[in-house]
Amino acid sequence: MNNKKYLFDNPKNVKLLVRALYGSCIVLFTMDLIIHRHTYHPWESFVGFYAIYGFLACVVLVLLARELRKVVMRNEDYYDIKDMSVDNDITKDKNNDQVIEEKIEKRLDERRKS
Amino acid sequence: MDSLLPILPFFIAAILTLFTRGWLRATIMIGTPIIAAYGIYSLEIGHTFSTSLMDFNLTPIRIDRLSTLFGYLFCIAAILGNIYALYHKDTMQHFAAQAYAGSAVGAVFAGDMLSLFIYWELMALTSSVLIFARRSEASLHAGIRYLVIQIISGLLLLAGIVVYYKSIGNLDFNYIGLDAPGAWLFFLAFGIKSAFPFLHNWLTDAYPEATESGTVFLSSFTTKVAVYALARSFAGTELLIYIGAVMAFFPIYYAVIENNLRRVLTYSLINQIGFMIVGIGIGTELALNGAVGHAFADVIFKGLLMMSMGAVLYTTGEMRGSELGGLYKRMPKTTFFCIMGAASISAFPLFSGFVSKSIIVTAVLLEGYYGVWLILLFAAAGVFHHAGIKIPFFAFFAHDSKHIETAKEAPKNMLWAMALSTVLCILIGVFPQNFYAMLPWPMDYTPYDTTHVLTQLQLLFFSALAFVWLKLSHIYPPELKSVNIDAEWIYRKLFPKAIYKISNVFNAFYTILEFNVERLGQSAQGAATQFFGARGFLSNFRSLGGMVMWVAVILSASLFIYYL
Repeated sequence: MNNKKYLFDNPKNVKLLVRALYGSCIVLFTMDLIIHRHTYHPWESFVGFYAIYGFLACVVLVLLARELRKVVMRNEDYYDIKDMSVDNDITKDKNNDQVIEEKIEKRLDERRKS
Repeated sequence: MDSLLPILPFFIAAILTLFTRGWLRATIMIGTPIIAAYGIYSLEIGHTFSTSLMDFNLTPIRIDRLSTLFGYLFCIAAILGNIYALYHKDTMQHFAAQAYAGSAVGAVFAGDMLSLFIYWELMALTSSVLIFARRSEASLHAGIRYLVIQIISGLLLLAGIVVYYKSIGNLDFNYIGLDAPGAWLFFLAFGIKSAFPFLHNWLTDAYPEATESGTVFLSSFTTKVAVYALARSFAGTELLIYIGAVMAFFPIYYAVIENNLRRVLTYSLINQIGFMIVGIGIGTELALNGAVGHAFADVIFKGLLMMSMGAVLYTTGEMRGSELGGLYKRMPKTTFFCIMGAASISAFPLFSGFVSKSIIVTAVLLEGYYGVWLILLFAAAGVFHHAGIKIPFFAFFAHDSKHIETAKEAPKNMLWAMALSTVLCILIGVFPQNFYAMLPWPMDYTPYDTTHVLTQLQLLFFSALAFVWLKLSHIYPPELKSVNIDAEWIYRKLFPKAIYKISNVFNAFYTILEFNVERLGQSAQGAATQFFGARGFLSNFRSLGGMVMWVAVILSASLFIYYL
């Protein structure tokens, strides 16, 4: 393994990227106050409608997807089991939510160590 | 002969790939789509080529603005896919890809339903080869499921054609509408191929199992032919608006939690088709232009994303987001092209998705479908989230995976294919008026005004902000080794399980039945032995005379009965 440092190995660069994003968001939001947009629907004329909608949409999307995972997530070999009498539905032996949380915890621990 | 110039070269090339190798084959593969595109160019709008087979009047070639657009699109997709596929020497795949492209071009130029049906089935057969060509057990099973569903779609189409022909009396493939005889059969046949909700799982099931280049071809042709067919035959059907809205909405949730990155892209493919279906459902000239224009842009940027993921699969042999990451260190060019594709699908200004998707959204607003508009806006933010950020992030950034030690930059031919796709994405995005001039219907639309650009940038940047916040606060669901059950569960788990359970019940019944029959048999045997057995009643006449006597008795009895 070579020890060459790559762009995002330096946490400063990551921080810079995130800050640039914050900056752009602020600029775009303030531009909404200055520029008059032409609109078709009354909701569109709220200040920052698109910005807020975009943000909320993604948060709702991810939160609902997390809930969806509890219902639909199965082991990787779920469809591969040939013996039908074996039930490989992991939700039955352990709450799926717990499994996810455990895995997240494990991963976080690994990251803390490294 | 001139009339067949757009289609025939592909089939000739398919046969030639069987006998050629190396540079010669590469030249044929790159040259064929160019010849075919020239063939389309040389035929005038309005040109038709008719022939009759038995008593049917067939029109295998019909050139109009709608079919021409898709014809050129498939030529572009074929040449990009062929350049991408040059890294392997698999004759079977090269053969199938040429025939598949030819069938897709044939299907959009088919002016009658019977020709359409033939190409429809040819597409099913040739495309399935690209899945089988992966030569793994998973791809074999997925390929069989894929083929069965494609054939069902073809049979529904055939049934629709029969019903339609019986009452209408001609086979011309034009507007059908839901009230026509057999219309629902057509609707369902096209619906399967364009991945309507609950009919969509063949796509998410089979595409990720195909070869690296196979998936690029698959994502270009089949669904887009279905979009073309719907645009021609069901434009303005209101039901399609709602179907399209559902298609744009639900797959993004699956895309967020899916681990296989190529499967994430198939969910996002359904989401993009949803936008097109909404446009077809609206049915105004602006909306239809948006639908087919978006199909055009989608083939290129979705192809580009599939190519970049194919390159990752090729070099690492891995497609699960949980096992990938950090590859930007080894594959900087692929990373760049992937980000270009991601920017296009997310509809960033100056990229192709922006100039095509915004037509559909504007058309929806103009027609006053505000609920659908909100859903599409939600879906547009979601696309950026799962295709624009998730795909490049988990493949090329995130954490360093074990693959970065061995990973290499993609082969040159792959990079060329990705570079050309990127150029096309940017050209369409920067020169929208030239692109709009190709669209079938006249329209007056400018994508680049302050409102559009500003609102789109706000939507995208705040989506990115949401991603960053969710990721930093560890709310974002991590990539886990898993599968997510979807509608396919019905035929992949429920049916096999139900059959197993039912056969269990029947087995139990059968055992009881068998036992009783056996007992009955035994007692019958006992009775028979008593009568006919060695010590039975009839055995008492064991002498020859006894036998003769009985024969005589039977004969005389039959004679007596005969005389009666």
